[in-house]
This record gives sequence, C-alpha cells and structure tokens, in this order.
Amino acid sequence: MKRRSWQEYQKEIADDHYYYARSCIRQNFFPGSEKAFIDILTNDLGKDLLDDPKHSSCTGIGYHSDIVPLETIMTVVARQFALMNEAGYENFVTSCITSFGIYTEILATWQEFPETEEKTRENLYKATGREFRKPANVAHTSDVMFHFRDEIARRAKHRLVNAVTGEPLKVVEHIGCHYAKIFPKSGIGGSEFPYVLAGMIESWGGEVVDYPERRHCCGFGFRNYLVQANRGYSIANSHKKLESMAPYKPDFIVANCPGCAMFLDKWQYAIAEMEGTTYGQNGHGIPVLTYEEMAGLVLGYDPWALGIQMHQVDVEPLLDKMGIDYDPAAKYLGRNGKYIGKPASAVVNCCPTDTIYDIRE
Amino acid sequence: MKKRIIVIGGGVAGMQTALRLAEQGLEPVIVEKEPELGGKLRGWHVLFPTFTPAEEVLTDLRRRVNESGIEALTSTEVVALTPRSVTLADGRVLTGDAVVLASGSTLFDASIKEEYGYGIYDNVFTSADVERMFNEGRVSKTDGTAPRRIAFLHCVGSRDEKVCQQHCSKVCCVTGVKQAIEMKRLFPEADVFNFYMDIRMFGPGYEEMYREAQQTYNIHFVRGRISEASPTIDGRVQIKAEDTLTGRPLRMSVDMLILLIGMRANDDNASLAGGPGLERARSGFMRPRNLFLGNIASNVDGIFYAGTVTAPKTIGESLNEATAAADAAARYVGA
Amino acid sequence: MAAINFGYTISKPRVIDLDRNNLRKSDEILREMPELQTCIGCGACTAICTAGNLTSFNFRKVHTLVRRGEYQGAYEEMNKCMLCGKCRLVCPRGINTRGVVMLIKRKLGDF
Repeated sequence: MKRRSWQEYQKEIADDHYYYARSCIRQNFFPGSEKAFIDILTNDLGKDLLDDPKHSSCTGIGYHSDIVPLETIMTVVARQFALMNEAGYENFVTSCITSFGIYTEILATWQEFPETEEKTRENLYKATGREFRKPANVAHTSDVMFHFRDEIARRAKHRLVNAVTGEPLKVVEHIGCHYAKIFPKSGIGGSEFPYVLAGMIESWGGEVVDYPERRHCCGFGFRNYLVQANRGYSIANSHKKLESMAPYKPDFIVANCPGCAMFLDKWQYAIAEMEGTTYGQNGHGIPVLTYEEMAGLVLGYDPWALGIQMHQVDVEPLLDKMGIDYDPAAKYLGRNGKYIGKPASAVVNCCPTDTIYDIRE
Repeated sequence: MKKRIIVIGGGVAGMQTALRLAEQGLEPVIVEKEPELGGKLRGWHVLFPTFTPAEEVLTDLRRRVNESGIEALTSTEVVALTPRSVTLADGRVLTGDAVVLASGSTLFDASIKEEYGYGIYDNVFTSADVERMFNEGRVSKTDGTAPRRIAFLHCVGSRDEKVCQQHCSKVCCVTGVKQAIEMKRLFPEADVFNFYMDIRMFGPGYEEMYREAQQTYNIHFVRGRISEASPTIDGRVQIKAEDTLTGRPLRMSVDMLILLIGMRANDDNASLAGGPGLERARSGFMRPRNLFLGNIASNVDGIFYAGTVTAPKTIGESLNEATAAADAAARYVGA
Repeated sequence: MAAINFGYTISKPRVIDLDRNNLRKSDEILREMPELQTCIGCGACTAICTAGNLTSFNFRKVHTLVRRGEYQGAYEEMNKCMLCGKCRLVCPRGINTRGVVMLIKRKLGDF
C-alpha cells in the first residue's frame, strides 16, 4: 500500500526511562502481554522502565460507561502523574488504548480549559495530599514498540514469513478507535492510515492487509457489550469486519487495543457457535495476537510463556507457519508446571458442533 | 506616453483584462508564473453546460493576445505589489499606473481528505484528472479496463470545516453533472452515481442539464456525503454514505471514484495582501470593495480584481469581470 | 448442534448494499418511467398525500428505496395510496406519480 501519508503524523516518543501504566483488563485476557513488554524493553533492549504497583486503573471503562464522572477521572489521572513524579520519571507509557485516549484527552482539556486543571490540582490535593507535574511525553506501549521496531528486527529469531514458502504472512492490523480517532495527531500515521502496527509488521517481514472494513470499530463500545441486550450489535461489528477480511486469507490479526484483541478473538468463537462460520484457513478461526505477543514470537519467546494459549482461537497454525517450535503438551501448564485448566472444544478451533462437551482430563 | 497597467495572472481573466485594456489604447503587461498563458483552463476538456471545448476558448484568447502585441512575461512570479508596481521573485520591479490582480485560485489537494485515499488507492481520481483523461482520450480504470460503475463525490474541499474551506466552490456541482454525462456517453452500459449534499444549479441551462442527466442519461443522484473509501480485493473502491432521503446507510463498490475538488484561495494571497493592505475574506479570497457597486475594485485605489481571486467563478463570469475590471482601471488612469 | 444460549444474536445490518441488491426490477421501472429519476426529494408529494397524513405511507421514501433495489414491502406500502392524484398536482418535476404507484404495484407484487 502506498501509505506515505503516515510520515506526516509523527510524534515524539521517549528513548528511555518509562513510567509504565498497566491496563486493568489485559492481565486477565492476555496475561503474558504486559510481562512480555517489560521483558522486551528491559532484557532485550536494555531500557529502564518502572512497573509501579501503586498506580491504579485509569477508570476509563467506568468513564465511557457513564459511571465515573469527568472530575473523578481527571483526579485519578492526576494521581498517576503524581506517582510518576514521585518515582522520578517523566515519560508516561500506557498499556491500553482507552487509557491512552483518556490521558491525551485530559491533557488537551487542561490545555484548552486551564480552570479544569486548577480544579483537578485542588481535588487531588484534598483527596491525597499530592501534587503533580504533567508528563514530558505520553505514549502508548505500541508506540514504544514501533519506536524500537528496527532494533527488534535486528534481534529477530523468527520473521513474519511462512517458514516453508518464504512468503510474507498476511496480517490484518486493527488499531482501536481511541488510539487516533479522538486526536488524529496523537497517533503514528493519523486516524485514516495508522502506521503503528503496520510499521512493526513491515519491519518484521509481514505484509499488511488493507481490506474494505479496516477502519471499522471492533464493536467493543463499552455499554454495547456491558449490557447483554446490546451485544447483538457489538458482535455484528466484528462480524462485519471478519466477513470483509476473510477473502484476503489473513494469517493472523494483530490488535492495538485490549478490547479489540479480546473481541476480534472471542466473537469469532461466538459467531462459530451461533452460525457455524469460521473465517480462517482449513475451517479454523483467524488467530488474534497482541503486538507484544507478535514481538515476543519474533524475538523467539516461548509461545506459552507469552500466554497465547489464553486466546479463544488456537494460535498453533500460525506457530507452525512461522516455524516456531513449541511443546503441545505444555500448552496448559502454567508456572512451575502447574495445570491451569483447559477450555472445552469449540467450533472455531475446527471441532464439529456435535462433539462439543467437556473433555477436561 | 501610454498608461501602463500590470495584470497579474495570465488565465482567462488576465488575458481578457489585457485585451480590453489594449482595445482602449492602454499598455497592459501580463505577468504569469507558469511557462504559458491559459491558467486553469489549460488541460481542461469541455466547458459546462454546452460541452464547448476549453481549447476553443483558450485558443481564441491567446490568438487575440498575440495579435494585439500584448507583452506577456511568462514563468515570472510576483511576490509583492503596490498600486504602481509589482516586485518579481527575481527581485526586479515593474512599474505602471495601476494593477489588476487576476491571479486566480488553487485547486483543492484531494489527498488532504485522507479518508478518500486519493494518491493511495488506485481508481480514486479528481475532477481535474478526469478532464485530463478525456483530453488524452484515455478514460479508464488504472488497469486500462472500462469502468462499469462510477461514483462522483461533490463538495471535496468545499463546505467543509475539517479542511478549513467553508465556502461553496460554486462550479463543482455543474462540473459533476457535466462529467457524469460525459462518462455515460463514453460508457453507456456503466452505472453512474453522484453523491451530493446540495445540487446548486445556478446558471443558465444548468438545471436543464441536471434534468437531462437524470432523465435521459439515467444518472443516479444520491443525497449523502461519502464518509470513507477503501480498497476491495479486486482493486475497486468501496464507498459508504447515508442515503439521506431514505434514512439508511448505503454501501457499494465502484470502479472509479471521482472527487469533485473545489477552488481555494491561493496561498500567496496573504503575502500579496500584506504590502498594500488588501482586505481578505475569511475564506482567504480577496475581498472586493463592495459586492454590489464595486466588486472588481479592491479596498486600495489603483488595485483591481478580476476572476477567481475574489471567489470561485465560472469562465463566463471571469471573462465579464475582466472586462469590467479593465474599464475601471482605464477610468482610474484617466484614459 | 450444541445449543449455547448467548442471550443475543448477531444484529442484521441496516445498510443498503448496492453490491448485493438486485437492481433489475428497479432498472425496468426506470426504463418504463425515466421521469421518476428526476425526483429531487422535495417531499411535496408526501406533504400533500391524503393517505400519508393518516398512515405511515411515504411515497417519496418508498419509491426511493425501490430505486435502490429495496423492494421488500413496497407493494404493500403502495396499496395504502388512495390514488387521489394530489401528489401529481404538486410535483415540481411533473412526475406522473399515480403512474409510479401503479407501475411499482405491477412490477413488485412478488416482493
């Protein structure tokens, strides 16, 4: 694709010394991803990063579900900044698209309406006795990964190519609405042709798939999945995207946002159970990765240590394509070889519907 | 000694101004930044609503300019002006007794509307591209095949806050209808759709042409602005809009998406205005002294306007204004 | 099939999909009555419509949907027309609106 326009949307990304703000949902859905980010940055790239246990959720889910008021979320955000200051850091890096959108939005609000910043300072001081300075730099974790993509490529053990044919893997990238649709200038490549994931994919040997519904939302939408009665149109959005990308035969999907990675994966399970439709090759679903998992596989991390067995759609077909060695027997063994349980078989993983029953050993 | 009047811009407005000045015994000099005279009309195929070849108008004007012995400095850019002089990019200063600013306007750069993928996706074109294709006799999809479904999008770079162009470019609606008819004549089997916000058929014969497009050429008009374009697996373009007259979202793939780009104020209007203190409208176009009784005069004595330097206009309007501006300038210098 | 009750189903899209809709009937209608294409959506027909003031009948919307290949229910809708002809009196484009009603009923009885 002739995506030259991304170069007009550049942003400052700090080179080192990050204060890391975790996502509240990622550790449940893809528990290895955040650890992989820390490991890649500190062990592989030798960067300094503080994983501060004192910071909290940004309350973004509550905010977008009309439960947490604006003043509250501003104060919570201010507290994160205060913790960062106290720890001696000034580069804020957040592991969630919605959090990133919120930090960006709140900093812009304080800029436009200085009285809201004053009020937040007052609220934070009253509530916690803390004061804060704004960060020198706010980035999403994928921005940081993008920043070091060439360094990661140099250390790659595997590339995003079919190990047998040598062909580049076809990758669908999904950015997430809150990354750049709120402030197009805050995302690499802007909102129409974001390059943050595409840049990683291209650097690591893969080929980006541009398909008709690329820019469409995954359907997360907060209230739209929190309320069961609304989930019909949440799933319909993922359905629309999957229908649109399937003809391109993508080898996997990589998502930028915790919600998108979860829904593009788990809605494939639900669609397969409801309609019997799967979108990948040989009757399988399309594997969905986070960008840390993608980077981890490229750098030669053990797939099970990356936690990719936690995905609904089995990732083994992709591992086989990339020529990655793995131990099938270790898939459901957690730390110290402890059995972590195994999901029931599912249509999305090519199991016929009439064999669905609990086959837990 | 003849009074000398400097005409900035050698498009249709500039040429007509110079011709009229020469007729009245004055000495016009045209300063044109491009290597030849003609302005935006160069490369245009036919003119609405009569399908008159643009070349016909252009050739006639150029011939008369040549025959009148009017001095024309081409490849010459003006960087500053006063009522009695213009400063050129190379530092030279031309002096005269009055100035007519006929420097025109700029076509909107469609790639700024990133959501339409102009310059990124094959088979997304602008109205200017289509005129050029018609002139070259090679109208087709990028792969050389004939289109079976064509969509025109009106108001690209016009009436759009997002790209700081709030004004209506006036001529794109009728150009869209004209080009749709040309397409249908060339590809009778193709389906042609025009996506519009309003259809503004303000001139003589325009509304009639619109009706003919609908009834005789079976061109479909859908009231709704295309929100995004994306590629399909077979190299076509998928577009989304609302069919506002039915209140439903609409989606389709087309072989060619043609963006009807608007006219915007020249970037150098601001710097040209600075020296003599010319007033500009919010749109960036020059503001005439009075929209009714002095629309070819600037707010500065001795500087006059002709053509699209003050607002988007048709060729006919630009030519009429040029005559009026020349007469006003002639009166000013006492001819 | 193992029945999992999710408590919701996949919502059907509301989009008019011109890649899927079959425009054959619509083309036939427009060939017989090309003047219908000249509709500018002014809504005068619907404003004056006797039936439309008492029912949900919207002549302008129904024929526009038909032109987009959305035939479902068009016949039933056109049955609400009382054929009084006031719409034809007000149409600024001179469309034979009563003729459109009859034509759509004739062509789309099966949808």
